[in-house]
Amino acid sequence: MLLAAFAAADDLTDGMATVGPGEFHSVIPEGKEDAAIEVPVFQLDQRPVTNVEFLDFIKAHPRWQRSNAVQLFVDTSYLSHWATAIELGPDVDAEQPVINVSWFAATAYCEALGARLPRWYEWEFAAAADRTHADARDDPLWRQQILNWYATPGSKSLSLVGQRAANFYGVYDLHGLVWEWVDDFNALLVADDNREQGGADKIKFCGAGAISMERKEDYAVLMRVALLSSLEAAYTTQNLGFRCAADLSEGSL
Amino acid sequence: MKTRCLYATVFVLTMSIGAFGNASELPQTSIYHLDVRLTDQHGTTHSLDTYRGHPIIISMFYATCPNVCPVLISTIQRMERKLPADELAKLRVILVSVDPENDTPEILGQVAARHRIDLDRWKLARAIPQDVRKIAAVLGVKYRKLPDGGFSHTSVLTLIDTEGVVRAHSAKIPGIDDSFFQAISGIMMPASDQK
Repeated sequence: MLLAAFAAADDLTDGMATVGPGEFHSVIPEGKEDAAIEVPVFQLDQRPVTNVEFLDFIKAHPRWQRSNAVQLFVDTSYLSHWATAIELGPDVDAEQPVINVSWFAATAYCEALGARLPRWYEWEFAAAADRTHADARDDPLWRQQILNWYATPGSKSLSLVGQRAANFYGVYDLHGLVWEWVDDFNALLVADDNREQGGADKIKFCGAGAISMERKEDYAVLMRVALLSSLEAAYTTQNLGFRCAADLSEGSL
Repeated sequence: MKTRCLYATVFVLTMSIGAFGNASELPQTSIYHLDVRLTDQHGTTHSLDTYRGHPIIISMFYATCPNVCPVLISTIQRMERKLPADELAKLRVILVSVDPENDTPEILGQVAARHRIDLDRWKLARAIPQDVRKIAAVLGVKYRKLPDGGFSHTSVLTLIDTEGVVRAHSAKIPGIDDSFFQAISGIMMPASDQK
């Protein structure tokens, strides 16, 4: 019953924006040359997943409650900001983005909705937009706004989702609120020549810089890559949340 | 709208019994909690715990990989030749492809034949892309598709015990990592000696 209720309340494409198709130059090109990346059309949650949405999920899927989730999938700080395993408590706002979630937990949430986590190129493509342009990354003013967020002390309590202006696609909070998991976080920072013998040891111990970083002026996005590449799938942190994505299927508009 | 709701509901019900396992008897860190499907070189589908009860070397590779992957296979085989016969008989090996699009059971079978792999104890497997990501996640493997169709990936051997708990990693290829090799024999010891 709970499972069905959860699904019915969260129809897959409710709250999702259509992004793309398009092509752009990523901070991490696929190959050695800075060739454009093609991004097929997809759907992306307009807002990061909130505490209350994640609470609904763990009520329907008790194995993901912090008291039940196995250590393979979550570390010890998983959902530690909540008062109990099934209550947010007075210090947590239902409409704040959920944090302290692992990649496994985030993936399970999205899969339960028939969705998935966005891939890095999808996330980066969507996050290149400001309010009025699909790609605002060459605007120094906009870049500075994003950097200002990184300069803000992390101790301030998290804002609620969707409080700032939506971007070109109608998506909120890609910058300025939390870091976000991507599906292929473990595809970041692998050397192109790792198929060569001897590359394996190197990548194991010095991943940073292994793939070529382009668009060096995009510090903010490069910081995301650096952060995501340093994570393991069971890790949770107090400024890392997620949102879901989905392929755009026939008839879902 | 109705159709999509129904679809989502069916999907949730499917995923809830499918995506993440719930074997309560397993240790907390057992990779067998991950409920994924492996299709081997014969086209037969297995769960990840198909070799539960055996020590297993598990790694990721892809068939058209020019250098590292053949060395990875030969490194495992070199370790196998150093094992006593009774321990070798217990050891199992699973290689999961990061290239499920191209690595069909036929292709995987050709790799096995080329390397004279003992298919009584080894499985070369592919999985759906979502499952490949999850397997890489529990093994700590990074992989990335390249524009030329190849992949870059970390070449790590992982040793797991009879209950799916990771006991050792080795990135030392082609050499044999002594502590990794000794850990294989360590798992073989009678349970009374392990605790």
